[in-house]
Amino acid sequence: MTQPISITLTVNEQEYTREVEPRMLLSDFLRHELGLTGTHVGCEHGVCGACTILFDGESMRSCLIFAVQADGHAITTVEGLAKDKDNLHPLQQSFWEAHGLQCGYCTPGILMSMIPFLKQNPDPTEEEIRHALSGNLCRCTGYQHIVDAVKLASEKMK
Amino acid sequence: MKPAPFEYHAPVSLEQALELKAQSGEDAKLLAGGQSLVPAMNFRVVQPGVLIDLNRVSELSYIREEKKAIRVGAMARERHLEFDPVIEKRAPLLHEAVPFIAHPQIRNRGTIGGSLVHADPAAELPVLMLALNARMKAKNISRERWIEAKDFFVGMFTTALEPDEILVEIEIPFMPPRAGWSFMEVAPRAGDYALMGVAAQVTLDEAGKCKEARLVYLNAGEGPLEAREATQLLEGEPPNDILIEETAALASEKEINPFGNVHASAEFQRHLAKVLTKRTLQQAIQRAGELQ
Ligand SMILES: Cc1cc2nc3c(=O)[nH]c(=O)nc-3n(C[C@H](O)[C@H](O)[C@H](O)COP(=O)(O)OP(=O)(O)OC[C@H]3O[C@@H](n4cnc5c(N)ncnc54)[C@H](O)[C@@H]3O)c2cc1C
Ligand code: FES
Ligand code: FES
Repeated sequence: MTQPISITLTVNEQEYTREVEPRMLLSDFLRHELGLTGTHVGCEHGVCGACTILFDGESMRSCLIFAVQADGHAITTVEGLAKDKDNLHPLQQSFWEAHGLQCGYCTPGILMSMIPFLKQNPDPTEEEIRHALSGNLCRCTGYQHIVDAVKLASEKMK
Repeated sequence: MKPAPFEYHAPVSLEQALELKAQSGEDAKLLAGGQSLVPAMNFRVVQPGVLIDLNRVSELSYIREEKKAIRVGAMARERHLEFDPVIEKRAPLLHEAVPFIAHPQIRNRGTIGGSLVHADPAAELPVLMLALNARMKAKNISRERWIEAKDFFVGMFTTALEPDEILVEIEIPFMPPRAGWSFMEVAPRAGDYALMGVAAQVTLDEAGKCKEARLVYLNAGEGPLEAREATQLLEGEPPNDILIEETAALASEKEINPFGNVHASAEFQRHLAKVLTKRTLQQAIQRAGELQ
């Protein structure tokens, strides 16, 4: 069965059915099959965190999951955060206000890592935020403004 | 980079998985969390012809408290170990160490079984299984057997599992009474593979003498490495700073065998081992005393 397999999954609350080759990574499926290019791909071995998505609500690397494994599951990508372009999610709004990004390559992965983090830790210390960011690499910012943005978001989301 | 093509199966029971494994031979790989296997496939370092995905075999995903031991299904996620109250109470050493494994995003998917079978000498779980005297249940289509942790890890990325076997369960004995524990490691950044790490568990007798001590190291040899000679210095004695110093020296200078890497020379790893051995022993002994 190296031939395509039919899968049905929910992405950002919308249901999709597609035929996929088993070797297709979930990251490539989201980007190339569904056109959801907000999920970025940096390393494809789990290290950089740019491809982080929510899989049934938990943050995971989409480059280390095959699309066929997502059959029947619910995925949330960065495109699922804002209602529309005038109504950013408070986490996104905070990144904007606190200058939490420069080139933005790492940002979608960071947002998708911080959503469950802030849910579990609504009032995090700087130390906890830095620890939670350790699974996402950013080559531009030096992290300081990212930490500030997450802190700001925790206040907005209270 | 994309993985090479493979045939994909997603069994929903252990029986189906065992049958598939028996049929497809050595060209088949089991897929657990994929946090080690998929990177290797993405780089095409590994190119299995058949992939048997265990993620829908829900009967392999549990953490259960029995009379004297915890039983963990091979597909229990690392993140479940981290927050499980039974593990916190009955195997506090494991509870303390799991957050050192990678990042939450990896632990959400990675499994105990996958980590043990991957048998990376830098991994935490193999070290913990050895320190905790755990045993592993392996199954093939016709039989099952138990393998002690000390016999399970046979070398670099190698275990005692036969090609047709699936690791199905891990049995972890409860921490004995009057035992104390400690886990410490040094990594370049939180979540990175550690340069050196030590798991210590010390059991005291009623008089406060050391009844049993265990020291197991990561990244200190071909697999999880136990310092048996060094801990004999402590056993039968009331622990004190001089003995701890001697134990740490013997373990770090003679017993472990670190290879060094780009981040740390073997000499630096030995230095870390010495410091971490002292600190973990002190903490373990202190905790054992508090629990008396
Ligand atoms: C960025 C990153 C950082 C990491 N950092 C660490 C770290 O600091 N410490 C650490 O310990 N680990 C680390 N890991 C590895 C992680 O813990 C993996 O989850 C783990 O090593 C493998 O578990 P898995 O469930 O993902 O297994 P998989 O990758 O699915 O499988 C690993 C191997 O085990 C075999 N296998 C899996 N399950 C079974 C079974 N039940 N029976 C027989 N064979 C089986 C597979 O065929 C494969 O050969 C890291 C991974 C990444 C991507
Ligand atoms: S692309 Fe997935 S972690 Fe880097
Ligand atoms: S903003 Fe450029 S990588 Fe983070």
